Amino acid sequence: MQPDTRGYFGEYGGRFVPETLIPVLDKLEVTYRELKEDTGFWVEYESLSRDFSGRPTPLYAAEGLSRSCGDARIFLKREDLAHTGAHKINNALGQGLIAKKMGKRRIIAETGAGQHGVATAAVCAKLGLECIVYMGEEDIRRQALNVFRMQLMGTEVRSVRSGSRTLKDAINEAIRDWVTNAHNSYYLIGSVVGPSPYPLIVRDFQSVIGKETKKQIIKQTGSLPNFIVACVGGGSNAIGIFHSFLNDKGVNLIGVEAAGKGLESGMHAATLVVGSKGILHGAKSYLLQDGEGQIQQTHSISAGLDYPGVGPEHSYLKDSGRVKYVAVNDEQALEGFKLLCRTEGILPAMEPAHAIFYTSELAASLNKNDIIIINLSGRGDKDIDMVAMTMGGGK
Amino acid sequence: MSRIDDVFNKSKAKALIAYVTVGYPSLEQTERVVPLLAESGCDIVELGIPFSDPLADGATIQQASFCALQNGITIKSCIELVKRLRQEISIPIVFMTYFNPVFNYGIENFCHDSAVVGVNGIIIPDLPPDESSELEIISYARGIDLIYLLAPTSTQERIQMVTRRSRGFIYLVSITGTTGARDNLTTDLDELIARVKRMTSKPVCVGFGISTPQQARQVARLADGVIVGSQIIQLMLAEQDLTSVRSFVKKLRQALNRAQSD
Repeated sequence: MQPDTRGYFGEYGGRFVPETLIPVLDKLEVTYRELKEDTGFWVEYESLSRDFSGRPTPLYAAEGLSRSCGDARIFLKREDLAHTGAHKINNALGQGLIAKKMGKRRIIAETGAGQHGVATAAVCAKLGLECIVYMGEEDIRRQALNVFRMQLMGTEVRSVRSGSRTLKDAINEAIRDWVTNAHNSYYLIGSVVGPSPYPLIVRDFQSVIGKETKKQIIKQTGSLPNFIVACVGGGSNAIGIFHSFLNDKGVNLIGVEAAGKGLESGMHAATLVVGSKGILHGAKSYLLQDGEGQIQQTHSISAGLDYPGVGPEHSYLKDSGRVKYVAVNDEQALEGFKLLCRTEGILPAMEPAHAIFYTSELAASLNKNDIIIINLSGRGDKDIDMVAMTMGGGK
Repeated sequence: MSRIDDVFNKSKAKALIAYVTVGYPSLEQTERVVPLLAESGCDIVELGIPFSDPLADGATIQQASFCALQNGITIKSCIELVKRLRQEISIPIVFMTYFNPVFNYGIENFCHDSAVVGVNGIIIPDLPPDESSELEIISYARGIDLIYLLAPTSTQERIQMVTRRSRGFIYLVSITGTTGARDNLTTDLDELIARVKRMTSKPVCVGFGISTPQQARQVARLADGVIVGSQIIQLMLAEQDLTSVRSFVKKLRQALNRAQSD
């Protein structure tokens, strides 16, 4: 689906930003429209995707995991093997090239789990661009390894101490920097959120995941999958893998949000499962808000899902019923994490660990030849300390 | 002719517009400061309805908004405040907030309830005219001016659209950035004001970053009014009796009166 001329997916999306940014977004939109038709741009993107990011990533038949869950065949799309350890590099690379074409030498980004920050840092080092990453103080504490990785690549990580000190506040701060420095700076947003045209641009760069997956699953099994399961924070890895399958009605698409300490506890980040319509970070979408329209604090064991908003296209896909959205809590995600370590020798990030847990329950109810693909959106090195602490084996 | 139009039509004096966040440092202080602002020479008062994620605001108003939310301020309490203030003051009152609280309250309800208690205008920095057709129609029907913003990045087409659709006045953002006191304003601000004024006969008021009487005077040579917010917020915390707010606003008033004869 393409957004309309005003950047709406159905009733979601748009540009709810200060006037200062409207001409900036107009310019980005025109540039992107031109680049979309520019063969040279895509040749450069694809060549770097191959040689720098390591694409295509494998689609891996997870036999050990499948055996432990029942009869269905489970495959993993190995985005954890992409350079910098997550799918985030696909988008960072694409937008980094856009920034360069626009003559912007200073890149601003926000990060939650740190994966987008690290990907952006890597791309900026590669392309010779200055990079500033905003990160909530709470996330800096949770993801110390990624902070150091960014710094090693020459990025300045700025600690955000306002609000809940997590991703939402890092985005606020990145937008404030952008409003101030738009003349020389490019805001490299990390998910399918934000004002139009960002949700479209990020989706286009992430849709490589689904395109590869489709070819790979047909080659390996001769058929399309019955289910695709992906975790949803802002929703970029999920949109990335879902997009090529939206018209394949037989493929059930499932987005897994973070239920945190439980949906009843109020401490979660299940925006689509229990949220309501509103406006945050430049777009109309579902969000978690109180009765007064104030944005709520969220909670998730995984920093990458700890966000009170979600991409406008996901809101559209929820309402249309094309994608089913569910939620998995912290404890269950930890089970998913341990399960994949044990059965496959793969350490997943805590974000896709939510999708792994959901899949393990789903698989039990399916038949022999049913196929499930999990988007394994990132690797878990960054989460080891936190997991150790939670399991009582660490500091 | 709205009450805001009257400010600019009835007098040749430059308009002084003051912003305070409702509920900072307390609701009682807001209720005390607004009549004082009116007495000290303000022509219009902007009441900020706090929002959890004020992305157009700098540190001062962010903190004020956070504090106001801690104090339990809601749209309802802001409307009730205006109802009480209307017993005391007659100058135009403008609500300034972000779109999500308004959307959540319901656009129709918000305009209705605001109009009933005597709110004269609305400013929503994250709602450009491209997204505001519903609010524009409903506020118009309720006799409330929807004031739009322009910025240094605005193109000729944007200036044309905003000056055509903005009611009451045009809020010209002086700098590319967030609200908050600054030592230096943009050097080409004069040219920006002139560019907007060439396109419209509506009043053009300048805000963001104006924190001293000198700056106010400089800006008002060309603009029809100035908007001051963060500096007042900072002074409000200083003393219980608001003496420094009073003297600051009086100095601004004098500076604007001088600008008129500059």
